[in-house]
Amino acid sequence: MQRTTPAALSDDEASLLRRVRPQDWRNPRPKSLYDLAIIGAGPAGIAAAEYAARRGFTVALIERAVLGGDSLHTGSVPSKAIIRTADIYGGMRDADEFGAPLPEQPAFDFAAAMDRLRRIRTRIAVYHSVHDLTALGIDIFFGEARFAGPDKLVVDATPLPFRKVLIATGARPKIPGIPGLKETGYRTSSTIFEMTALPKRLAVIGGGPLGCELAQAFCRMGAQVTIVQNNPKFLPREERDAAEILNWSMARDGMEIRLNTVVIAARREGDTKILETLNNEVKGEIAADEILVCTGRVPNIEALDLAAAGIASNPRRGVTVDGFLCSSNPDVYAAGDACLPLKFTNAAQSSARRAVANALLQAGQKHDNSVIPWCTYCSPEIAHIGLQVWDAHRQSIPIKSYTVMLNDIDRAITDGEETGFVKIHVAEGSDRILGATIVASHASELINEIAVIMSTGIGMQALAEVIHTYPAQSGAIMLAAQAYRRDTDSTVLQTPSGKPLV
Amino acid sequence: MGGFSHLSDEMLVSRLQRAAFSYLTDYADADTGLVADTSRPGSPCSIAVVGFALSAYPVAVENGWLSRAKAARLTLRVLKFFLDSAQSEAPDATGYKGFYYHFLDMKTGRRVWQCELSLIDTALLIAGVLVAAGHFDGDGIESEIRDHADALYGRVDWHWAQNSTSGLSQGWKPECGFLHYGWEGYNEATILYILGLGSPTFPLSASCYETWSLTYQWENLLDHNVLYSGPLFTHLFSHAWIDFRGIRDGFMREKNSDYFENTKSAIAIHREYGERNPYEFEGYCRDLWGVTAGEGPSVASSRGKGRDRRFYGYMSRGVPYGPDDGTISPWAMLATLPFTPEAALAGTRHLLERYPQVCSDDRFSSGFNPTLRDGDGGWLSQGWFGLDQGLLAISIENHRSGLIWEIMRRCPYIRAGLAHAGFSGGWL
Repeated sequence: MQRTTPAALSDDEASLLRRVRPQDWRNPRPKSLYDLAIIGAGPAGIAAAEYAARRGFTVALIERAVLGGDSLHTGSVPSKAIIRTADIYGGMRDADEFGAPLPEQPAFDFAAAMDRLRRIRTRIAVYHSVHDLTALGIDIFFGEARFAGPDKLVVDATPLPFRKVLIATGARPKIPGIPGLKETGYRTSSTIFEMTALPKRLAVIGGGPLGCELAQAFCRMGAQVTIVQNNPKFLPREERDAAEILNWSMARDGMEIRLNTVVIAARREGDTKILETLNNEVKGEIAADEILVCTGRVPNIEALDLAAAGIASNPRRGVTVDGFLCSSNPDVYAAGDACLPLKFTNAAQSSARRAVANALLQAGQKHDNSVIPWCTYCSPEIAHIGLQVWDAHRQSIPIKSYTVMLNDIDRAITDGEETGFVKIHVAEGSDRILGATIVASHASELINEIAVIMSTGIGMQALAEVIHTYPAQSGAIMLAAQAYRRDTDSTVLQTPSGKPLV
Repeated sequence: MGGFSHLSDEMLVSRLQRAAFSYLTDYADADTGLVADTSRPGSPCSIAVVGFALSAYPVAVENGWLSRAKAARLTLRVLKFFLDSAQSEAPDATGYKGFYYHFLDMKTGRRVWQCELSLIDTALLIAGVLVAAGHFDGDGIESEIRDHADALYGRVDWHWAQNSTSGLSQGWKPECGFLHYGWEGYNEATILYILGLGSPTFPLSASCYETWSLTYQWENLLDHNVLYSGPLFTHLFSHAWIDFRGIRDGFMREKNSDYFENTKSAIAIHREYGERNPYEFEGYCRDLWGVTAGEGPSVASSRGKGRDRRFYGYMSRGVPYGPDDGTISPWAMLATLPFTPEAALAGTRHLLERYPQVCSDDRFSSGFNPTLRDGDGGWLSQGWFGLDQGLLAISIENHRSGLIWEIMRRCPYIRAGLAHAGFSGGWL
């Protein structure tokens, strides 16, 4: 959620506001009782509202800023728009490899890229608009929600009587307590897209998914980027081979990489912002024109007065929920970033629908992280679903990984997109797929095949028989399954030498 | 291939082994017995190279290159040096808590380059110390060698290096304490864990090895089943001392393999990768491989075959995930002799025939990159590196006679360490 509405309005921004917060909006008169009151109209809140309204329930949707949440305004949508720009511009560097040399590297037009970003945001807002939601019968209230008792919810001063509440307030960037950082000035994912010019030098604090994505994108657009990560590797949630490929890709793009490094202070010298760093005992400094902080996210729960409703919470982890997404108040549920460790739009939406089904339909659906695919949209993309190998070891599940390198895939070779791999984790002694990691230019698309396979319970045997288009990068998934079959079927000739046929 | 083509396999290997061994005496300091990291002027000592030298003296005795008495004197000299060396938190000590700094001044034995107190390199040194104790089983000076070896091993505080966790740190510095690098995935550290677990004085906690093995990945890669680790040397170092044929820990029992077979799989993957040569590097084929840690060209990127060519300098290179910049280590194929002799010899002969410059004075250079056109025949690392020569001298001997494996099979600490790590079967 965005606290403030943008001040200067272009045509696109005016259209956007008409869709996400009309300027002449007046809240409706509350009904005598809502089946469901939803706090927060980001991806989780909107998904919940639509789900409940389409099933005939009365719904109040409360939003303190604009519809769409971080995902639309400062997160997934704008970042993917800018990453696409970075891909196009950065990819020109390799144009001669394809026999299409550029006479010279064209100048970068940051303003045009940002205009495109804003147009895209406005277009996509049509799918979550005030118009559409009210047409479904949803009562939208713009204002600040808080609990006034276990069964009392107010928006600003107006009480909203409810049967059930869903907290879907999302999260916001976490700001580390680095001395001098506030005075020096910094941006976060919430404010980075407000820049009007490409910074010459950008320092990024944090090597998680968001930090890596934005750092690489700005680098590929032409900024000199230094990224600082306190961990020995980027993307600590991903396996080492994936994180290391990303490391090399970022180095190839020309980024300065400072792993195992903490920022101990920040200061300003004239227009230059300086980060003071420590790598083991070695001190260093990074000079930049802009600092981008990407050190995680904290749930938005402070303004809700959860204690008044007997709702247990933790400032770092958010609303405490059980496996069915119900809080310690049996009439209050939560979904999305406000309560989940996996802070992704798809997890927010699926958890929201599940929470509503449990709250209103007594569906008894458990929230299940193990079938939620995620992706870090770097170049190459890094996607994962299901168990990591270390999860399986900890659960004493014998696990084996079938890996196909993309540089063995005909389509990846013809596309010049050979960096990466498809790795499918299988429970040994069976053909059951436990998880997968895919590193590829389009890993975010490829991982969805694995999501379908896993959710339908298809094993490696059957997958080996599924005919794929040829040539296609997804052929790597089929080849991994065929490697499984060669490995486990003693009647198949083992020919380790020679390149596979697809 | 010039000076080698007329030699039988046995004579070729013998000649290369003797030259490799002679590095360890040619580049040893006459007073301290410390051995230089590289042949370059001003090189400090690497304690790991000393470990290989201590292991190689018995090899020289058995081959008649050194008298037993001379080898014993060389051995005792360096053991005495370490036993008498400065052990403290001071930034210029030789070691602390029984561990030693990675690089030492050849003359004074003091820490240089603000380097780290190295766990893995101390383990390689101590492995050599235990080889010496196992080989010199006589009286007098040989009995002194055994006493010194026991004292050196006994004072290593392996438990301290856990830093109150269930895992192991990679090192420590007086300036900042334990280093913040984790061991993730299988690598060359097996010998470190075995020595740590076998200690009679300050052993690693039993869960330490299991904590490490939780990070292993058992993969089917290029149609071979392997406990994955990218750089080739990681499949060779622990194996220089421990004969892994037929003995298995819990992980290998579950996978129905062992660490010897695993190295064979890794070699097969390296050869297959060389043949596929996905990055179109010059020279790579089924008989030219050996991507591992080592020196490489430190030059700016260039373009070749429509690709960006980046070169990495000193770097741990690996297969098939990379990084790979077209640099191979010319000694690496021969070092696989105990595992896949045919592949080792075919590759070594091909390399010597096609690129004879990689072997001068019968010693292999550390790194070679035929893709980078630097003069005539590609980029070549200058001089020789002690680790390469030491590993070659020992690996070749294990292939021929199993000498070092045999000595270490009898070592009670190694046996205890293996048992604590869950190894059983075979010669155990």
